[in-house]
Amino acid sequence: MSTSSQILQYAFSGLTLGAIYAIIALGFTIIYNATDIVNFAQGEFVMLGALTMVTLHSPPPAGHGLALWLALPLAVATGAAAAGALQRLAIRPLRHGSVLTLIIVTIGASILLRGAAMILWGRNAMLLPPFTQRGALFVGQASIMPQSLWVIGVTALVVAGLAIFYAQTLVGKGMRAVAINRQGAQLVGISPSRMVLWSFVLSGALGAVAGILIAPITMAVYNMGTLLGLKGFSAAILGGLGSSPGAVLGGVILGLLESFAGGFISSGYKDAVAFLILLAVLFIRPTGMLGGRATPS
Amino acid sequence: MERRFRTWVALVVFAAVLLALPLLVRQPYYRTILVFVGINALAATGLNLLMGYAGQVSLGHAAFVGIGGYASAVLSVNLGVNPWAAMVAGVVAASLIAWLIGIPTLRLHGHYLAIATLGFGMIVSIVFAEWRGLTGGVGGIPGVPALRVAGLALDNHLRFYYLVWTCLYATVIATSNISNSRLGRALRAIRGSEIAAQTTGINTGSYKLQVFVLSAALAALAGSLFVHYISFASPSRFGFAYSIELVVMAVLGGLGNMWGPIVGSGVVTALGELLRPLRDLDVPAFGLILVLVLIFLPRGVTTSLGLLVQRLRAPRPTNGEVAPANIVGAGEP
Repeated sequence: MSTSSQILQYAFSGLTLGAIYAIIALGFTIIYNATDIVNFAQGEFVMLGALTMVTLHSPPPAGHGLALWLALPLAVATGAAAAGALQRLAIRPLRHGSVLTLIIVTIGASILLRGAAMILWGRNAMLLPPFTQRGALFVGQASIMPQSLWVIGVTALVVAGLAIFYAQTLVGKGMRAVAINRQGAQLVGISPSRMVLWSFVLSGALGAVAGILIAPITMAVYNMGTLLGLKGFSAAILGGLGSSPGAVLGGVILGLLESFAGGFISSGYKDAVAFLILLAVLFIRPTGMLGGRATPS
Repeated sequence: MERRFRTWVALVVFAAVLLALPLLVRQPYYRTILVFVGINALAATGLNLLMGYAGQVSLGHAAFVGIGGYASAVLSVNLGVNPWAAMVAGVVAASLIAWLIGIPTLRLHGHYLAIATLGFGMIVSIVFAEWRGLTGGVGGIPGVPALRVAGLALDNHLRFYYLVWTCLYATVIATSNISNSRLGRALRAIRGSEIAAQTTGINTGSYKLQVFVLSAALAALAGSLFVHYISFASPSRFGFAYSIELVVMAVLGGLGNMWGPIVGSGVVTALGELLRPLRDLDVPAFGLILVLVLIFLPRGVTTSLGLLVQRLRAPRPTNGEVAPANIVGAGEP
């Protein structure tokens, strides 16, 4: 393949990956804005969405073969429900704890979710059929899977949908209000506790969407969430923790950098790219590209 | 004064228990567990100093354990270096790396610090797995020679038990001394409030870095001992999961308490063995127990016990007075 085709190829996979990281990064950002918590279990919502989708949508014997339009909302709801349960059962009792306690609790929750997934779905990777069955499309010598187009397209829709949600709906505006000034929001009748729950539910839903989108490309397995979550988090930091546009930008840039590094430098070390970027951002400009907050509490 | 006396008594009792334990515990399986508890406690002690006394966080400490372990393995296997010298080299290497990485990292706080250490840990674990030329890649380095003392090979459980727990005993004493020294007071001040500590003239950056390097050195020591014990170095042992295990041990045991790492290591290692019959359920059970303990015992076992004892001893306050404040483990980071 010519170099320009290679570049194009890596750009396609980088954008696809970047879209996934962007959605996961948005999940982190939403929870962080509402609660100042970094949710280390975010990756597990991705995993839950993917595996639930397999059980619902994949053809037997792996799944029940339900139609896409039916299985997808159910799988997203599963991720959302898991996130809501996490907030109510594990986070809320500890909301007055130290930063360290909360970090460990979310890590503990991710261990629990991962272990439960291993029991329910086993250790083997499972196939999820792509949304459309067409073959690859070609631009010159570079190929792009239809699923990649779905990933990028749905991500764009999700981002737009979130913007509308925050700007136009009552719940969205309520969440913004709580993030800006918790007490002030309480004074005008918004329940911060409920908004925090909504932020977790929304993050869980987003994570599940990311899992459903990526699983046809990378397969679904019980431990897929850990690394994805960490990289999504790196993307959020890159863009600026607390900034939604930052999360999207960070995700896309991270995806592209990882893809190019994997292609041109070494595929074994490509996972290290995300963490090297993470360290670089934290050492040089911790607030990331688009600002976010100067110091977390 | 009474506190010092109590500490001395505790140390004597501890020594007696350590000497007696192998006589009571004879099965190799249980002796192995004791060795692992000791090794983990060594690494957790470093973390305890960093998190409990200085109020910092490290989610990547397995990296330093691995650096010590791999230095030992690579030097003693590939270059035929004396295992003790290899161990020293490992500790020095980890200390150096900790010093280098600590300078930019310790400027961060809270979540950012935690994430930076996590990122560092991930990078190092990826290097362990990918740098096949040096580390043997995913396959690791087998055939690591045993440590020898005066011609006697430390290659059985009993001898290693003595080695590990002697080291640990020394670190417990060292922790107690640090805690009561100028360094310890400075660290506690930093944990309470870094800005306030700075205003009293404490060079917080320097102290934080010192503790970070010390904690890395202890971790590397643990890593070397581990590798010489099982004669094998493999990257899977030094990844994110182990970093989290170490943090759990330090927190569960009780941060800022000199016995915390041992208790924490014992609980976590014992828990791991107890849950083993559950087979696949053991991992989620561990996660569940972790969450539950944090909800009900957020300050860890030893600190909670200490608080309980204090509350039982302290006279009931009258006239609505507030009960005497407890300074041990004060200051949430």
